[in-house]
Amino acid sequence: MADEKDYTGQTPAWCPGCGNFSLLATLKKTLAAMDIPPHELIVVSGIGQAAKLPHYLRCNAFNGLHGRALPVATGISMVNPDMKLLVTTGDGDCYGEGGNHFLHAMRRNVNMALFVHNNQIYGLTKGQASPTSRQGMKSKTQPFGSLSSQFNPLSMAISQDCGFVARGFIGDREHLQHLMTEAINHRGFSLVDIFQPCVSFNKVNTFKWYKERVYHLEEEHDAGDRMKAFQRSLEWGEKIPVGIFYRHDNNRVLTDDLPPLKNGPLPLQDFDPQETTQILEEFY
Amino acid sequence: MDYSIRIAGEAGQGLQTIGAALGKIFSRLGYHVFTHQDYMSRVRGGHNYYQIRLSEKAISASRDVIHILVALNIESIDMHRLSLHSDGIILYEPQNDEEEEDEQFLATAFTQIAKDAGGNKIMANVVAVGAILGLFGFDLQVAEEIIKESLAKKSGEIIEGNLKAMQAGSDYVRKNCRKLDRFQTVEAEQDNLMLINGVQAIGAGAVMSGVRFYAAYPMTPSTGIMVYLAGKAVDFGIIVEQAEDEISAINMALGASYAGIRAMTGTSGGGFALMTEGVSLAGITETPIVIAEMQRPGPATGLPTRTEQSDLDFVIHGGHGEFPRVVLTPGTPEQAFYAANKAFDLAEKYQIPVFIQADQYLGDTEWTYRDFDLSDLSYKDYRLRHKDLAELKDYKRYAVSSDGISPMAVPGESRHLVVVDSDEHDEDGHIIEDAETRIRMFDKRLHAKMERLRKEISPPVLYGERTAPEIILVCFGSTYGVIREAVDILGKDYSLAMLHFSEVYPFPALNEFDYADYLRKARSTVCIENNATGQFNRLLRAEMGIACSSRINRYDGRPFTLESLVEEIRQRL
Ligand SMILES: Cc1ncc(C[n+]2csc(CCOP(=O)(O)OP(=O)(O)O)c2C)c(N)n1
Ligand code: SF4
Ligand SMILES: [Mg+2]
Repeated sequence: MADEKDYTGQTPAWCPGCGNFSLLATLKKTLAAMDIPPHELIVVSGIGQAAKLPHYLRCNAFNGLHGRALPVATGISMVNPDMKLLVTTGDGDCYGEGGNHFLHAMRRNVNMALFVHNNQIYGLTKGQASPTSRQGMKSKTQPFGSLSSQFNPLSMAISQDCGFVARGFIGDREHLQHLMTEAINHRGFSLVDIFQPCVSFNKVNTFKWYKERVYHLEEEHDAGDRMKAFQRSLEWGEKIPVGIFYRHDNNRVLTDDLPPLKNGPLPLQDFDPQETTQILEEFY
Repeated sequence: MDYSIRIAGEAGQGLQTIGAALGKIFSRLGYHVFTHQDYMSRVRGGHNYYQIRLSEKAISASRDVIHILVALNIESIDMHRLSLHSDGIILYEPQNDEEEEDEQFLATAFTQIAKDAGGNKIMANVVAVGAILGLFGFDLQVAEEIIKESLAKKSGEIIEGNLKAMQAGSDYVRKNCRKLDRFQTVEAEQDNLMLINGVQAIGAGAVMSGVRFYAAYPMTPSTGIMVYLAGKAVDFGIIVEQAEDEISAINMALGASYAGIRAMTGTSGGGFALMTEGVSLAGITETPIVIAEMQRPGPATGLPTRTEQSDLDFVIHGGHGEFPRVVLTPGTPEQAFYAANKAFDLAEKYQIPVFIQADQYLGDTEWTYRDFDLSDLSYKDYRLRHKDLAELKDYKRYAVSSDGISPMAVPGESRHLVVVDSDEHDEDGHIIEDAETRIRMFDKRLHAKMERLRKEISPPVLYGERTAPEIILVCFGSTYGVIREAVDILGKDYSLAMLHFSEVYPFPALNEFDYADYLRKARSTVCIENNATGQFNRLLRAEMGIACSSRINRYDGRPFTLESLVEEIRQRL
């Protein structure tokens, strides 16, 4: 087994007490336990506090644009499906700016794990409402309270038949490690939405707020039952379930049987222009 | 010998089929062909035409005067008869018995002939092909060959029907045309030429340069590149993905490029507007990418199926912040083919975005060539790979070097980690904010590379009077062909030349060819552009401090055509 220290990257620039620290620690632990060598791992991110994570880990990293991690990951996966692929992102990054990509990455069933650090706020830009903020939440840019309803990523993912849909909480690290492990092991697109309190800007959804509400889905919960999973994903209020809501591997993975990949990952194949010369023949 | 044929009618009436078949037949007969299409943004109805010009000499433009009009509907007659040469002829599908009949008109019941001879009214298209070949008195053997090839998957009965229909079309005009000798033909010098359009040339150039991933969102006139490459996916191991939008398309391509392959995307102006943040990302992460920007008239949706050169400023400047890029503006399919190769080479060598900027006109026009010289293509793998990578003690994606180029490794190939970042970063690829590193990165990424990039750019081409032309027609991109022919005509009366730029950014230096000197010494310089404000003229002034003495701008969404352009130039002289 690898050591957690093998994954130590740059020193995080997050606020003291931020939920991201626990998330990062749990991820390192997960990777070490799974024995994934850093050089076989690519972590893609967008922009936000969550998206800084790849720098704080030792791995191959593509820290791209706000909202655009998923297309980058899709491109990587399509030419080199052998790499372990993770995307770390925020609720604004993934469900707001990159919402369209979220939908289509699920439809494509890209073979990757998506970890959304859901603090129900825009952290990096200092506290505006995010798609997962409670309707009515006031901020400097939402003086009358957020007018839009709260986005439900789990219901959305289940509605799209995403093959792995889970929710975790950084206050329950052992459970979170389990979810991360299962998500990484899942063949196809997996979503783990992770409650990650923002101590600086979200004064409502605090560590305590989550702690009081979060409970585990029962052992008997049948994650193969889509309707049941959908129903459970709608639960929100005094009690909020975490765990694996929905999982199956019935769907074709994007890179399954893609003819150009039949000889393995494309980056390692050499190209010989001489083998393309017949291409002009059809024009005669 | 220089004839132009126009097939006109509604979308969906088969004029594409007729036009494409004629182009192929003439070029296989060894004639030089130039085709262009004028179509509306609709799938059925409206008014479209396909124009085919043929000659035994090399040609590079469409003419205003036509010799044969095939009118697939009656409106087409009124719309195009003014373009008809005095010796020309209109073949039309008769609607009733009282229509005009003289030497210029020949009622040709394409549909009825098709039914009678071939057994199916769909074969009306082939009847039209036969009729045109008949007017020239061409032997049908080559045409038959081509029909058999294109229908290879169909039953013998269908092929037989088509051959009979074509023969019947030819027989009909040869029997009924009143002045059969009006179109004299000359023997072609060779027996087989290649017919290729700009889109195909870009696609073929990309394949021959090792493209492995193409992501795009459909948008006329760039979609043809995606269609072409998708058709090559199996044979050449190319992954083509239709993205959910252009933002995704460019980011997918950048992801694939980072993973270690040659990646490309393509779009038109509106889609490029969505891509610009991604262009900037390619800039700071130093991720190679080739972008084909196929212009159509804007603003916004503009004239979706027509042509314009109005995104020059946009492509040179699109993307926030400062970073190096290259913009190639080929003027012919041949130049487009080599431009694609150069684009991939420079993109990987310098780890930058490289643009192939063309337009609907160049994309759709077909030209003939004997062949492309494949020995002029270059392929070099600039990545750090295999032993060189594995044996490296310490790998830094953005290691500072005097030439500005840092080693690019394939993630996963070795134990070295490849870290790239859209934030300003250090040599390892991690976020920084200190001024010193920022400056070092800028000096490496921008200044050092730009200095070398300038030397990679080819100078413009001077065509016509080469010693001391009094008049210079200045242009870039797809206007090459028509201006070249205009020079051939006007050169008889004036000391005149064309100065064509097929690479515009970084702006060509003067060390190889001091074109600025020619411009300064000329009595008159005319900048000819397919846009309203003279974007190239402005660029020339900004980069070289030279202002052309006059401009010709066309911005009706149509390309320049020979006779009208010549007339317009004469007025300036
Ligand atoms: C195109 C673009 N728009 C806006 C921003 C500014 N921006 C950076 S992060 C962010 C939101 C961050 O929220 P979230 O994704 O939830 O991440 P968090 O910081 O909360 O982890 C915004 C709006 C940007 N970088 N790029
Ligand atoms: S702003 Fe919030 S999310 Fe960002 S680092 Fe600080 S506490 Fe964490
Ligand atoms: Mg957030």
